[in-house]
Amino acid sequence: MTKREKRSIIPVFLIFASAALIPLVDTGYWLSISISVVMYTVLATSWTLFSGPTHYISLATAAFFGIGMYTVAGGLELLPFPFLVFLAGIIGAILAAVIGLATLRLSGVYFVIFTLGLAEFIRQIFTWVQTTMGTSSGLYVLTDITESIIFWELLALAMLVFGLGWWIGRSRLGFALRIIGNDEIVAAHCGINTARAKIVLFIVSGSIASVTGALLSPRWTYVEPGIAFSPMISFQVVIMALLGGTHRLWGPLLGVIPFTLLWDVISTFFPNQTTLLLGISFLLIVYLIPNGIVGLVEKIYSNWISGNREQFN
Amino acid sequence: MDIVVIGLLLGGTYALIAIGLQLQYGVARIMNLANGELLVAGSFGAFWFFSSAQLSPLLSLFIVTPLAFVFNWLIYQYLIRPLVRRAKNRGQLEVDSILATFGLSFIFVGLMTAIFGGEYFSYSYLEQPFNLLNQSYGLNRIAAFLVSVVFCVALYIWINRTQTGLTLRAVAVAPESAGLVGINVPNTLALAFALGGAVTAAGGASLSMFLTFDASVGVIFTMKALIIVIMGGVRAINGVIISAFILGFVETAVATLIDPGLTLAAAYLLFIFILLFKPQGLFGGHAS
Amino acid sequence: MLKSKFRKLLIPALAIGAILMANPAASETIKIGAVAPKTGPLAGGSTVTHWPSIQLWVNQVNAQGGLKLKSGPAKIELIEYDDRTNPGETIKAVQRLATQDKVDFIIAPYGTGFNLATAPIFAKYGYPQITTTAITDKIPELTKRYPNIFFTLGDTTAFTKSVAEILSKMRDDGTIGNRVAMVNVADAFGIELANAARPIFKSAGFEIVYDKSYPLGTQDLSPVVKGAKASNPDAFVAWSYPPDTFGLTALAKIENLNVKAFYTAVATAFPAYQAKFQSAAEGVLGAGGVNPDTPEMMAFIKAHNEVTGKAPDYWASPVVYASLQVLQQAIEGVGNKDRAAVSAFLKENSFDTVIGPIKFNNQNNEAFWTVGQWQNGKFYGVSSTGRPGAKPVKAKSGW
Repeated sequence: MTKREKRSIIPVFLIFASAALIPLVDTGYWLSISISVVMYTVLATSWTLFSGPTHYISLATAAFFGIGMYTVAGGLELLPFPFLVFLAGIIGAILAAVIGLATLRLSGVYFVIFTLGLAEFIRQIFTWVQTTMGTSSGLYVLTDITESIIFWELLALAMLVFGLGWWIGRSRLGFALRIIGNDEIVAAHCGINTARAKIVLFIVSGSIASVTGALLSPRWTYVEPGIAFSPMISFQVVIMALLGGTHRLWGPLLGVIPFTLLWDVISTFFPNQTTLLLGISFLLIVYLIPNGIVGLVEKIYSNWISGNREQFN
Repeated sequence: MDIVVIGLLLGGTYALIAIGLQLQYGVARIMNLANGELLVAGSFGAFWFFSSAQLSPLLSLFIVTPLAFVFNWLIYQYLIRPLVRRAKNRGQLEVDSILATFGLSFIFVGLMTAIFGGEYFSYSYLEQPFNLLNQSYGLNRIAAFLVSVVFCVALYIWINRTQTGLTLRAVAVAPESAGLVGINVPNTLALAFALGGAVTAAGGASLSMFLTFDASVGVIFTMKALIIVIMGGVRAINGVIISAFILGFVETAVATLIDPGLTLAAAYLLFIFILLFKPQGLFGGHAS
Repeated sequence: MLKSKFRKLLIPALAIGAILMANPAASETIKIGAVAPKTGPLAGGSTVTHWPSIQLWVNQVNAQGGLKLKSGPAKIELIEYDDRTNPGETIKAVQRLATQDKVDFIIAPYGTGFNLATAPIFAKYGYPQITTTAITDKIPELTKRYPNIFFTLGDTTAFTKSVAEILSKMRDDGTIGNRVAMVNVADAFGIELANAARPIFKSAGFEIVYDKSYPLGTQDLSPVVKGAKASNPDAFVAWSYPPDTFGLTALAKIENLNVKAFYTAVATAFPAYQAKFQSAAEGVLGAGGVNPDTPEMMAFIKAHNEVTGKAPDYWASPVVYASLQVLQQAIEGVGNKDRAAVSAFLKENSFDTVIGPIKFNNQNNEAFWTVGQWQNGKFYGVSSTGRPGAKPVKAKSGW
């Protein structure tokens, strides 16, 4: 562990600890918003674990998320909830492994659209199965799990994701991935098993998305394919991560927090133009903050450092 | 036989949905996530002319298409061009254009909701049976199919037989080298983007004859178009047309012979298989 | 350097915060919240049936001076949110209405899933939730779980039973035979109705000669209609959604699917349906219905046209409006903003509404229209569970 990492442990710990207190302060609206923030933080950060270093844009988040939801919704009457959450992670991992093995040859936009098509395919299959075999269009998830509990579960998951991200970053795997991201051919020549590295990370990210879906299932009460596999989830995760910045572990967090708040302010004050204004704010951000929020923060930080130096000199 | 005709009609519909995006993505290299909203805007245009002036959608095509061309030209010049200029590489442009057009799609949905309202729109035009080989088909579908054929043929000839078409192809294959041989690359890109938008809006106008639409429905068309374009191979317009028809046939065959509930699943399965075995699409030559 | 930048960021942040926190406590108003899609996949339905009724009701109540409380009339201050057809947003918006805006009452959201997702929040803060566009067969279980939830639109079994009854009657009269072609959209309502219908049709002695589903958003329904026609049915029943209700009807017309009983579910009652198909709509059966000839209904249709600029649909629009009338009468009956008292009042009393009297039995309104039919340009209820004034069913005579 480097000195810098040691120094940052305490603030990180403090941030998580104070976040954990939110449900004790407010169990209403701010908790709801916090759940949105943590949910998208987990999804966007785990997405970045894979897509950040490899530059592979995956639109399959909704597929994993939906499968997690359905694991809980479908098995709730048979198995205990914690086991189902675990099971969701396993199923997500298996699915990710299959996708990963199948898509090795794809690159660039082909991978993007492939994952989108795959997510839609899974949604169609779930719809069809439920139509032909089920008795109702959705599954009821009637539990006594409150929003506070869901928030703590998600927060713990977020801690796990950040811990994992930090560990991968300093491991051989992370190093290998960075080389792949810079130049896959060079990486292969260095003797890196590029395929294995990519698949491992895709499994991690898919499995986390599944667990997130599983944890949120009780909050939605009624799970339907159209809602659980909504492609908007995939798009929103990608957009938040990209706007935050994908070359830092905490980048997506900086995308998620301002966006959730900004979107909320817009939908509060302009209920009739919500979608229009979301679009406009989106465009403004793309044009005015070209390198994501991380880029902006780093620029301010480096300006500040150099400014201080000038004063001292 | 029935399957062939219905598949053909559906394929024509899909071709109309997808060739606009092929021009925008394959040639102008902008992955336009607002493509479906443009299509819906075309539908609204046709609907508005039909309901306020009793103007046939087949005639309002001649108004909607040029309007969409100008509109998309402006979008390219003022919204996309800055992104192209500042992008350091292809990947950067791809990310930026995804973000920007995603925002645009929200704006379009918001605008159309504000102007027309959020409810469903539908009107009856040429809703009569047309007998072909002892089977009846909707005349409006046949009309849309003919529009699609006209567009496909015209574009095909234009791209493969004219000077401008040649420059378009050159830019699609190698934008950097195209500049070296004296092609005005920025203008060609803008032309391709605007043309793509015009074709998409024309598609929307003809689809509105038989599809019920609302302001928020665009994303469905965007996804379909993306899949057809990728399936056909991004660079080749004929590949996209052929893959649109393949998809039309497969969906109709599955709906008729197996179960209508599996049509979309079959479409995505087909797409996944094609990409697995032919990663650059059916007619994609080389890596992007 | 940093300080000034920080300050620049801080000031707008604080300003936004201040606006968020501010709750101007005006006297003589009653705050009512509403959340439903204005954009997204379900917006097409909610902008026809949900929002206009709310607009009309608020407009009418305020024109009369407001809700009559014991302390005097209180004008309605409506706070509305667009959930963009995203359940996460719906949950958040209801939370915000309850805890930030501190509204006095909340109008139930739009759609089954959205009502169920927010039911725990309504229950937690004690808001009565008079659902209008929620259809489920789990009503007893849900009402036991959530003491303040009320259902008004009916349940899937009743809807399908009525269709079966109508078909049985037409068969007994010799109008149609035994063969029913049935299709459904593979989404929420369509699936539930189709699953409820199968055993009911069979036990009524019908032969289901064609039974297929199609995915939501199918661009071409020709194979479905052609398949149904090839099965040579006497009756065609589609548990459909708005876009495919239009699509199926248009294709049935083109294919000349000449059945004496033609039924499409959601959106058959939309004014746009009549506007599109005009005389071809005559005799089409659909979900819902009203008695458009009662003075209340005629006044409602007239006012709806005047205030919102468009015609109401003949099924859910009046139900949404009726749910608001119920809420109004309960609030006025109690005479103050006490939500617990209003919930109790709702359970115990009967209410006069545009669709007739509503009385909740175990939080469920058991009298509702189930099937309607276009007759002479109006959509008449032809079957109901305990609503008087049903018109006799006519056989459909071609397109």
